[in-house]
Amino acid sequence: MRKFKDNLLLGLLWFGAFLTVAILLIIVGYIFYKGIGLINLEFIFGDYSPVGGGGIWPMIITTIYTIVISLVIATPIGILAAVYLQEYAKQGRLVRMIRFATESLTGIPSIIYGLFGAVFFVTTLAMGMSIISASLTLTIIVLPVIIRTTEEALKTVPASYREGSLALGSTKLQTLYKVILPSAMPGILSGIILSMGRIIGESAAIFLTAGTVAAMPEGIFSSARTLTVHSYLVTQESGDIELAAAIGIVLIVMILALNFAATFISKKLNKADY
Amino acid sequence: MNTTLERKEVKETANVENQNDQRSVKISVRDLDLFYGDNQALYQVSLDIREKEVTALIGPSGCGKSTFLRTLNRMNDLIDSVRINGDIHINGNNIYQSKDVIELRTKVGMVFQKPNLFPMSIYDNVAYGPRMQGIKNKKELNQIVEESLRGAAIWDEVKDRLKTSALGLSGGQQQRVCIARAIAMKPDVILMDEPTSALDPISTLKVEELIAHLKKDYTIVIVTHNMQQAARVSDKTAFFLNGEVIEFEQTDQIFSMPKDSRTEDYVTGRFG
Amino acid sequence: MPNPSEVKQKNKSNRLKYIMEFISEKLFLICALISVLSLFLIIGFVFFKGSNPFIADGYSFIDFIFGSDWIPSEDKYGIFPMIVASIYATIGALVIGVPIGLLTAIFLSEIAPKPIAKIISPAVQLLAGIPSVLYGVFGLAIIVPFLQNNLGLVKGQSLIAVILVLAIMMLPTIVTVAETAIRAVPKTYREGSLALGASPIGTIFKVVVPAAKSGIMAAIVLGLGRAIGETMAVILVAGNSLIIPTSITDSVRPLTTNIALEMGYAYGTHQEMLFATGIVLFSFILILNFVLAKISSKGGK
Repeated sequence: MRKFKDNLLLGLLWFGAFLTVAILLIIVGYIFYKGIGLINLEFIFGDYSPVGGGGIWPMIITTIYTIVISLVIATPIGILAAVYLQEYAKQGRLVRMIRFATESLTGIPSIIYGLFGAVFFVTTLAMGMSIISASLTLTIIVLPVIIRTTEEALKTVPASYREGSLALGSTKLQTLYKVILPSAMPGILSGIILSMGRIIGESAAIFLTAGTVAAMPEGIFSSARTLTVHSYLVTQESGDIELAAAIGIVLIVMILALNFAATFISKKLNKADY
Repeated sequence: MNTTLERKEVKETANVENQNDQRSVKISVRDLDLFYGDNQALYQVSLDIREKEVTALIGPSGCGKSTFLRTLNRMNDLIDSVRINGDIHINGNNIYQSKDVIELRTKVGMVFQKPNLFPMSIYDNVAYGPRMQGIKNKKELNQIVEESLRGAAIWDEVKDRLKTSALGLSGGQQQRVCIARAIAMKPDVILMDEPTSALDPISTLKVEELIAHLKKDYTIVIVTHNMQQAARVSDKTAFFLNGEVIEFEQTDQIFSMPKDSRTEDYVTGRFG
Repeated sequence: MPNPSEVKQKNKSNRLKYIMEFISEKLFLICALISVLSLFLIIGFVFFKGSNPFIADGYSFIDFIFGSDWIPSEDKYGIFPMIVASIYATIGALVIGVPIGLLTAIFLSEIAPKPIAKIISPAVQLLAGIPSVLYGVFGLAIIVPFLQNNLGLVKGQSLIAVILVLAIMMLPTIVTVAETAIRAVPKTYREGSLALGASPIGTIFKVVVPAAKSGIMAAIVLGLGRAIGETMAVILVAGNSLIIPTSITDSVRPLTTNIALEMGYAYGTHQEMLFATGIVLFSFILILNFVLAKISSKGGK
């Protein structure tokens, strides 16, 4: 009886795992199967054409814009915030409040961020539906990610490095720049790359703050489409699954590349002695 | 409060003169209490540590000897809950009244239990402190690095690989580079917190030889678990128990004819 | 003995260092407070906008929550169908996604041969990073037509399509987090149980999984958060009809999709009502997280 039950459970485990792997393989396989026919240089680097057959270069540029702008803002703030929490703050109400806020931000769904961006950046600050509004909204979305990964990275720096440096009469600031941050760099970098993935995958918040103009952005105050929003719109409006899947391939390749970069960087930097 | 303290100090100084000790007092500790939150870790510690002598601090684990050592360069400041009463004078300055911790730590170097070199080259490790003090001149730095490594008796072993990672050295070599790094600051005092506890016997011997050599130029305070080590390297020994100094005497006296029975129990290995 | 002028100079340079210390610490503090500020701004703006109709314009909050008609042109704003749709979709996705996800996580950490786990685990982890829109595209291209043909529906976009897409989407998150939690269970637990004569499978379900409970709970909460907040993928497969679903084949409009669909052209009270929808969604997530936290802490005892 017990043997039977064990075998049943074991079978269930194999079945569950098989199901997961099969489903995920089918999804990725389907997207590649459907979209690969459209992928060529013209598609990647060509300008968008509303009558079909055009490329997605404007959307790639828009996506890159949002990544660069939001990371340029979120990275220094996030790292310094993590430094404050790990290296400077005394445990107390203030720290608890900051941590509570960071954790809460992580749990807010992106559509709410979109609503906020639409009323705050777009309307109140009069930035309009634009790349900058979307990027600022994304900044808040990735801020907790950068803070958390940086904190984790700082935790791995041995306390003996700090003591050694301080005992030599260095200030905390000198210790931070010369010893702690360099040691924590691999972890911090993979956090930043993780955030890039988050930005690339984001859609709802961008949809509500950057608008949907399908053209090469003239600047950061232009409305524009990122790849994900484009993929959504071509599916929703024209049911063009092939085009959506082709964009999907580009997105998946980007995410893959980022993941490899993150693994590579942390391995490379960990291996080097300094 | 202050007047009683001063009177006491006068009395003890008189005492010291009676003993006819020619070396001057480098570090003077008076009625030092230390608390971690509500727990008291040191009780009324009073010691005079003399210039260019090696003073060993011994006692069972948790007796407060490391905690005491860390009050001398205010490393305990790193722990939020630590509170201190009493006075510590180094070179006549009350180190807990001065706000300048940086200045203090450049004058009082420290070597830790485990070698804690930074993940940088040997050269950068030794030059770290001087650079932080604003010394940028390449020639001057080269000179400091060489002098310090020579001073720590490791120059010959590392002179050909100064630019390679310090973490590639053996544990014993790393610890001597740590000592070189401390010397590079040209401190008056070097604190050593069980500096050989992570080392093999041969490396330990080298560090001990180095300590004997360093004492010509520096005042050294060393915490050790190893009674033989205390006997070998130190001039004076303080025995700590439960946060109190039970006995502070010439090392040979502590080991040959301790006055307190608890000291005797400890040095003869009856407990701890 | 250093000469006095040298000492003076050194003190001066140290004073500069202390000033730098002070300034930098304050700068770091300000950076840390930005997340607090952001949270306040988000809550403040969304709640301010969303509560305006009820406070200033006299709309009834009860009618908003329990009203079943959402007709902005007739000034009717009831979101009850959307609340029901969101709850059904979330529960449905949990019912399907959690068991499959947990079985996979247990398989990968306890059963799978090492080389297999070494390939599958990172692959699944990677899939957690795939843009959610793509799950929607897949849903519309495969799941919707499949349901339409096999269940004989007029329209494949339905509650069940939403449930399936969300369940698939939460899988990688649940698997990755739960697997990490199970792997973190100390070896001694397993050895202890095996030494008492328990079977390997019995050990997994009686000892290892319960020991990893809090991590598994975290996995479920994360997956849930993804499902309930998902918008764009859901729009593609939900059908977006404004009815209270009575069957899993009904076309539905969850809270998130309502916001995204109408935000583009809404203004005035209509727009404010979308913010109010956002508040409901927000509270929904808070309550769910709270409940799950309670369950897991109770289970922990």
